[in-house]
Amino acid sequence: MTEAILFYPMALVAIGGALGMIVSRNPVHGAMFLVLSFFGIASIYVLLAAELIAALQVIVYAGAIMVLFVFVIMLLNLHEDDLERPRLTPGTILGGAAALAFWMISFMIFADLPDQTMPVELSEGFGKVASVGRLIFGPFILPFESTSILLLVAMVGAIVVAKPRI
Amino acid sequence: MGSVPLSHYLALGSALFAVGFAALLVRRNALVVFMGVELMLNAANMTFLAFSRAHQTMSGQAAAFFVIAVAAAEAAVGLAIMIALVRNRNTLNVDEVDTLKY
Repeated sequence: MTEAILFYPMALVAIGGALGMIVSRNPVHGAMFLVLSFFGIASIYVLLAAELIAALQVIVYAGAIMVLFVFVIMLLNLHEDDLERPRLTPGTILGGAAALAFWMISFMIFADLPDQTMPVELSEGFGKVASVGRLIFGPFILPFESTSILLLVAMVGAIVVAKPRI
Repeated sequence: MGSVPLSHYLALGSALFAVGFAALLVRRNALVVFMGVELMLNAANMTFLAFSRAHQTMSGQAAAFFVIAVAAAEAAVGLAIMIALVRNRNTLNVDEVDTLKY
């Protein structure tokens, strides 16, 4: 019962923030709308009994990544004439129609899925830090270590690409 | 109104993916296009977690953890490319950066 009361408003916040990101002309406003959307998504993760991922969503996405976005927007120091003019071309109409068609087709497929009820009973500690951590440091240890190398490579790559002279 | 069925979570995920996809196709500002990619990664995470909850296994949550780590790496490299783009071409419009197309 409380799940339905919380789910639909939060889904509305998530999609509304995402739509605000598309329609806002200034990238800073778009980034702020995207932060709103990420908070809505994080609250839906809590409903899905994924507390660790919800906390990571707020800390990493709404915190670190969006701060990086806003920092780069400030650094680039865009002027008014750098912002794009809203216009209606065949390309934009086709793009919006393709996205809408994708959503409607996927919705029709999901509505026909058998066995839709979510299980009520969950195992002890489902989605908590301890149990997810035991999973990541156990069966998923190889992807975890690969991720550390990926982050190192991304850090070096970002410095090499963004620095004017090395 | 009882509990929310699985299909509503999946429909929310695909709606977020469609909005990110629309940002990718409609907007011409490279930063907004990039935010659309981030939104699409979040939509993938939403489906991972919905199926993880429905099947009562936590492997989906571990996958979502790795998606978040990859998104962080992608954001760092992508924003570095934007800085290099503005420095060398002085533009953020993806229509003006089409040398690789020809």
